[in-house]
Amino acid sequence: MIGRKLGKTVRLTASYIVLVILSIAALYPALWILLASFRPGKSLYSKTFWPEQFTLAHYTELFTSPVYMFGQWYANTLKISIMSMLIGVVLTLLTSYAVSRFRFKARKTALSTILILGMFPGFMSMIAIYLLLKEFHLLDTHLALIIVYAAGAPLGGTFIAKGFLDTIPRSLDEAARIDGASNFGIFARIILPLSRPMITYMALTQFVGPWVDFIFARLILRSKENWTVAVGMWDMVNSQQNTNFTLFSAGAVLIAVPIMILFGFLQRLLVDGLTAGASKG
Amino acid sequence: MQRHRTRAAILSTIFMGLGQIYNRQFIKGLIFIAAEALAVYYFIQNLGRALWGIVTLGETPSHLEKVKGVSKMVQGDHSIFILIQSLITILVLIIFLAAWYMNIRDAYKIGAEREAGHQANSFKQTVRYIMDYKFAQTFLILPTVGILFFTIMPIIFMIMLAFTNYSAPGHMPPAKLVDWVGFETFRSLLVLKSWSHTFYGVLTWTIIWAVLSTATTYFGGLLVALLVSQQGIRFKGIWRAILIVPYAVPQLISLLLMRNLFNGQFGPINQYLGYFGLDGLPWLTDPFWAKVTVIVVNMWVGIPVSMLLIMGVLTTIPRDMYEAAEVDGASAYQKFRIVTLPMILFSTAPTLIAQFAGNINNFNAIFLLTGGSPVNGDYQYAGSTDLLVTWLYKLTLDQNKYNMASAIGIIIFIIVASFSLYNYRRTKSFKEEDMIQ
Repeated sequence: MIGRKLGKTVRLTASYIVLVILSIAALYPALWILLASFRPGKSLYSKTFWPEQFTLAHYTELFTSPVYMFGQWYANTLKISIMSMLIGVVLTLLTSYAVSRFRFKARKTALSTILILGMFPGFMSMIAIYLLLKEFHLLDTHLALIIVYAAGAPLGGTFIAKGFLDTIPRSLDEAARIDGASNFGIFARIILPLSRPMITYMALTQFVGPWVDFIFARLILRSKENWTVAVGMWDMVNSQQNTNFTLFSAGAVLIAVPIMILFGFLQRLLVDGLTAGASKG
Repeated sequence: MQRHRTRAAILSTIFMGLGQIYNRQFIKGLIFIAAEALAVYYFIQNLGRALWGIVTLGETPSHLEKVKGVSKMVQGDHSIFILIQSLITILVLIIFLAAWYMNIRDAYKIGAEREAGHQANSFKQTVRYIMDYKFAQTFLILPTVGILFFTIMPIIFMIMLAFTNYSAPGHMPPAKLVDWVGFETFRSLLVLKSWSHTFYGVLTWTIIWAVLSTATTYFGGLLVALLVSQQGIRFKGIWRAILIVPYAVPQLISLLLMRNLFNGQFGPINQYLGYFGLDGLPWLTDPFWAKVTVIVVNMWVGIPVSMLLIMGVLTTIPRDMYEAAEVDGASAYQKFRIVTLPMILFSTAPTLIAQFAGNINNFNAIFLLTGGSPVNGDYQYAGSTDLLVTWLYKLTLDQNKYNMASAIGIIIFIIVASFSLYNYRRTKSFKEEDMIQ
């Protein structure tokens, strides 16, 4: 008995030690960039982990300097991500509701098409989209970016959303139909309220997309005052990596914090969303 | 008595909507007529040029012309604009033909109804019918149009580019024309020494990368998940919350940050190694170490996702399976091997294959971290850590070798598609989806 208890203590102690090491590894980079953003000076190198002095200068510089229009970029990104999230969620819901609840001729074809299209590398379509937007004189506008993100949304989200909608019992629909509800009524009054967790998950992923995408944003948005934060950060790192690292840190913190807060609130939903995708494939 | 249906169908073939009016569906008929009038107007202006464009890709390059004794640059045909305009027109034509076909079928069906003595639906009734029985199709129109123009059309366009010679420096419009060249591009990519050497090198690394990165994150995630959900570990929620922090940080930020942390000269990692009296490593500048770095960093980014996933699966394993194993006298290791592992592998297999396919296309991890560097002198425009996708990106944006990039894109698609289709066919949710309810 004593041997077994000792064994358990050793096992647990070892586990805790490993967990602590892993936690440090997980938190260290985040903490490091946070501290770097408060460090005076500009360089990447610092003698000590904990800065000797704290300063807010980098944050104020981001918003006041004429070179970095960070406030403007921030507003742009917010606008683009909210708009494309709203349209994208609606489009995804429409698609997944239709393929989950109705049986029609082209249904299997539609599902396979969505699947196959998802396998092309996204920016393979880059040049064509660029030319298409040029045709419609939409280059360097936020509208173009919103359209591109929202139009692509059903491709990524339909399967997860469909998997979720499939789990809502169809007897509910039928009961409502007997009570005289139209298709639209069923969608609005039964499906929408019941799929709130899935909608939240989708909204979150589609909101985050524009914050971190710089491929399309860099292609479409040409003038500096139209940039999103992602393009701005990418440009900052690429054009002057070691010369102004602390400023980059401050910007990084400003981008990461809202998204991390959202993730914190929605942690449970995320787990559900991921596992729903997993068991359904 | 086939008169109504044949007459309505023929009238609708002559001009959309006539058959509907013949069937006394006036509003519907007028809408259809307006649609065809618009379409005809559009096609008269565009169709001829579109067909000419897609066959020839333009005939006159920009050239100098003498105007009143002074040489002047004259704008020629821009092959690529012509190609995309033609493509759009042909897509619209296909949509129109489909609508036309449906209009004839509709006239025929309603004609038949009338012969059977039924009244044709009034406009109100038609709307009602669509909302009740054609709801799904109506719902899908908007997403379909979006996907058609922003996904399908661009993909067709890129596939077409692979069969042209659209590349710098020889064939860049507007100065020069672009021509169809058939499989020439694929031939140079796969057989011609200068390109094929790079292609096979990058392909090999792409596959090594996909295998290693998927395996490390998956089994890493499995280990961490088991560690946290062990019996006797306290504060599980807190550990979990800490360990998913890397997942919550946007990749754009974390990867750009890692690039700085691993900086060979000023980066803190080498600084700390220095404290232990060790020489710093050339993390991002040596071909071998750069590959190690991207895999390690990818573990940091990817393990939390696998961990979350596997933790979710762990909670779904029924307790009585463990109890049964205990009754049979299984040790902790045996319980893991016989119950836990098969259950996890079984329910995460689709995700595993999806992750593998995703890693082949993992643009962010490579592009943000190393940008494909260090440069490899033997390669055509590719570095040692470049994947096929990042190579494609560079060929497109930096080198303007559009035809090569498109050919590579098609090859990537074939690789990824074969894995995903295999995966998809064996997932239950597709085969048995109607059995769930």
